[in-house]
Amino acid sequence: MSSVEKTAPSSPPAAARPRPRPGRSRLQRSNQRWGLLFCSPAILGILLLTVYPVARSFQQSLTTSTMMTDGRFVGLQNYRDLLTDGAFWQALGNTVFILGWSLPLSIAFALVLALLLNMRVRGRSVYRVLFFLPSIVPLVASAVVWSYVFNPQHGVLNSLLGTVGITGPSWLSDPDWAKPALVVVAVWGVGSLMVILLAGVQDVPAQLYEQARIDGADAFSRFRNVTLPFMSPHLLFALVTGVIAGFQYFTEVFVLTDGTGGPAGSTMVAGLYLYQNIFYFFKTGYASAMAWVLFLVAAAVALVLFRTVGRRVYYGGS
Amino acid sequence: MAGTETALAGATVEPPRDERTLATDPPASVRRPRPWTWLLTALAKHAVLIGLSVVFLIPLAWMVTGAFKTAADLNATPTVWWPDQITFDNFTQAAQLFPLARYFLNTAVICLLSVVGAVASSAMVGYGLARIEWRGRTVLFVIILATTMIPFYVTMLPVFEIYRTLGLTNTWVPLVLPQFLGVPIYIFLLRQFLMSLPKELSESARIDGANEWQIFVRVILPLVKPALVAVGLFQFLASWNDFLGPLIYLSDSRLYTISLGLNFFKGEYSSEFGPLMAVSTLTVVPVVVLFFFAQRTFIEGITLTGVKG
Repeated sequence: MSSVEKTAPSSPPAAARPRPRPGRSRLQRSNQRWGLLFCSPAILGILLLTVYPVARSFQQSLTTSTMMTDGRFVGLQNYRDLLTDGAFWQALGNTVFILGWSLPLSIAFALVLALLLNMRVRGRSVYRVLFFLPSIVPLVASAVVWSYVFNPQHGVLNSLLGTVGITGPSWLSDPDWAKPALVVVAVWGVGSLMVILLAGVQDVPAQLYEQARIDGADAFSRFRNVTLPFMSPHLLFALVTGVIAGFQYFTEVFVLTDGTGGPAGSTMVAGLYLYQNIFYFFKTGYASAMAWVLFLVAAAVALVLFRTVGRRVYYGGS
Repeated sequence: MAGTETALAGATVEPPRDERTLATDPPASVRRPRPWTWLLTALAKHAVLIGLSVVFLIPLAWMVTGAFKTAADLNATPTVWWPDQITFDNFTQAAQLFPLARYFLNTAVICLLSVVGAVASSAMVGYGLARIEWRGRTVLFVIILATTMIPFYVTMLPVFEIYRTLGLTNTWVPLVLPQFLGVPIYIFLLRQFLMSLPKELSESARIDGANEWQIFVRVILPLVKPALVAVGLFQFLASWNDFLGPLIYLSDSRLYTISLGLNFFKGEYSSEFGPLMAVSTLTVVPVVVLFFFAQRTFIEGITLTGVKG
């Protein structure tokens, strides 16, 4: 109230003032001020933490700048260098490998868990907690624990494999098994996706199941023709956000490999290679170009998924 | 990005409900299978669920038991599952090897400041978007959502440069300040809540002579307390778990958070499994305790925003 009364009398007559639109009332003008005031933190945040950084990042990607110097303008040279940088392509390949295995496995696993928990079972909420728990474990703690689980001599995994007569690999120190080990760690955190899908399963109209049952549909065809269509928006959501998150994969691999991406570069993912280029090699111009290429690749993959998988999504539900 | 709208359509946009009913279960009278089939399916369900949950919990059990095992048990060649003798040596050893208490205190302070910032700023912005009619609010809302589509690796370096220019690297400011500038997912969450409140609440307060700020603080905020608690909880977790921020900004080891400290601890003493598991356990405990106290808030919040906890 105070600001309205203070400004209104002192402002010049309405006719002399430029007005954004004729007929804007006093209330509307007051609302405009209050709205901007309430939203000012976000406006400042967007300018400072997104708009400027995005512009600056693109500008830097066209220069030879390092952490210490601004460098000179070289056009698209950094992008051309990326095309022939074998380490970058290997990092991209590793990222896609881990994403390509862990995302479908996670989604399938989360869906199975959600369907199981949606059935009438005693102790449903206890199971839900148990499956959810790993996904809230802090990433660094989880990586440290997994490094112990995967330890070839003293770890629980190879000890378990030993009891059934399998000699386990040395996991994180074996170039062939390090990536599968990371996939296991990723799938372990499936709990939050399970919760999202469980909410989706519970939104499927019950009478449709009844109808299907009366029509003689068996469990599989009820899943195929009732559950799956109603779940498809949730599954597409999981797929797209999963792809975007997969290209940002960093913390687990950093902690598990002490920032090296080893052994023999087998776990060097794009996020880590980019981090190294900035904070180890100080090649900030090059790293900026890399960030844009990564962003474009991630966006392209998400777009392709929308165009292909998204076309089959059923929006009649929610 | 094209993702925004559909992604939001996927995450159910509605105020939280009370414990959901089992929509897919028909009433008991409709389906009356023979007792033995019922028993068999129930057994099969539980067998699968118990089997899977045991697999899921092995790493955590391994962590907790490891924290209390003696050095001899930890290094025994046929793996010792359950320690004969419980010891607290790993905790004392960890406290000697690195400043555990300081790291926990640092993390707690960062978490507290971040929670205050995130709740206050996101509530303000959410209110401005949901309950004040001004030109540009829809555009701003779309822009806020669009910023969530930009990956951290694009903005990470320029933001780092801003703080470096201001001389704020190696302080906690870069870890806390962004939360005071409105966090998009929380703004989204609170906006949904605020829009669901009837307009008449504000109207009657306005007739009584209250201005927007007074309506916000006295009338509306008390009504959305559960949502504010949810936001606080999520921010606490996010700050407690944050690794990249401290990794980039903190070089003075006295400022380290527990996650950053644990990472360097692992790098230096990678075979000291006892103390490592002790510290990991201590890092996990606050999160698990919080979760048990606020289970419903967690689950509803994740369902609403689709955010990973």
